[in-house]
Amino acid sequence: MSNNKDNWKIWEIFIRSKNGISHKHVGSLHAPDAEIAIKNARDVYTRRSEGISIWVVPSDQITASKPDEKEQLFAPADDKVYRHPTFYHIPDEIGHM
Amino acid sequence: MEAKEKYVLRLADNALILGQRLGEWCGHGPILEQDIALTNVALDLIGQSRMLYQYAAELKNDGSTEDDIAMKRDVFDFYNVLMVEQENGDWGKTIVRQFFYDTYNYFLYEALCTSTDQRLGEIARKSFKEIAYHAQFSAEWVIRFGDGTSESHERVQAAVDDLWEFTGEMFTPDEIDLAMTEAGIAPDLNQIAAQWKRKVTQILDIATLKMPESSFMQKGGKVGEHSEYLGFILAELQFMQRAYPGMQW
Repeated sequence: MSNNKDNWKIWEIFIRSKNGISHKHVGSLHAPDAEIAIKNARDVYTRRSEGISIWVVPSDQITASKPDEKEQLFAPADDKVYRHPTFYHIPDEIGHM
Repeated sequence: MEAKEKYVLRLADNALILGQRLGEWCGHGPILEQDIALTNVALDLIGQSRMLYQYAAELKNDGSTEDDIAMKRDVFDFYNVLMVEQENGDWGKTIVRQFFYDTYNYFLYEALCTSTDQRLGEIARKSFKEIAYHAQFSAEWVIRFGDGTSESHERVQAAVDDLWEFTGEMFTPDEIDLAMTEAGIAPDLNQIAAQWKRKVTQILDIATLKMPESSFMQKGGKVGEHSEYLGFILAELQFMQRAYPGMQW
């Protein structure tokens, strides 16, 4: 574990488990470039047949919301329960939605 | 020993000994992700060796099991090529050894997929997807090291030069190889050599590495004449069965 590791970027890994399902974030890893990141993701995250497609994104390309903006971003939704479709009666024969 | 049995043992021993060698890296890789990657390759190879030992045991047909064959033979009864028993060295040397061997294995198993021996064909088709990945993995890394920093370039060029003399044995047919080719069980090694050389030249070129010009080649592994390393590999591999015969867990 020498200083080589410091030169390696961190990549966020997204795996699609099957067709029709979205890619889901599964974790992150080190790799020197995108091609190797895909190979590393294959070896680290799909050893037990977890996926059929891999996306890799450099971690530093992700823009995240700021924790201290939590209030202004999310609190306004808290008192608007009518946005949840919980007031509809769903007939039994429709089953799970 | 029947020629086909010996041929299957050669394939099995190559896979087992290289798998064991790569296993030495487990927990010692230069970076977690590559540690896991190489251990995956090791496990693939040991899995392939099991299928081949099972087949060898059936051909032998004297009640031996796959474990007996893997764990109870001594150095002179192993028929792997010298390449796979060479020391791991630094990470670059391990990758170069893997690249030389994977590229050979890729073309060999591609051809074995259409073997006239049905069982060997099945084993080859199952193994080929794994081997294709191994070959891609090691070639990608040779390119990155060769065309990387001046230190990685030097180290990997030294590994290419060091290991070159072990490449010839893979392609030098003896009477067993010739009998297998004759029967359509295995491909003509001259054809594999030509494919190997084309691919290796291409990758070394992209990697800005020089192909050695030396034509001196070591041989012996295929007939049980090994370097000093194999004894140490077997001592570790076979320790449990030697110390506690018949032990299971």
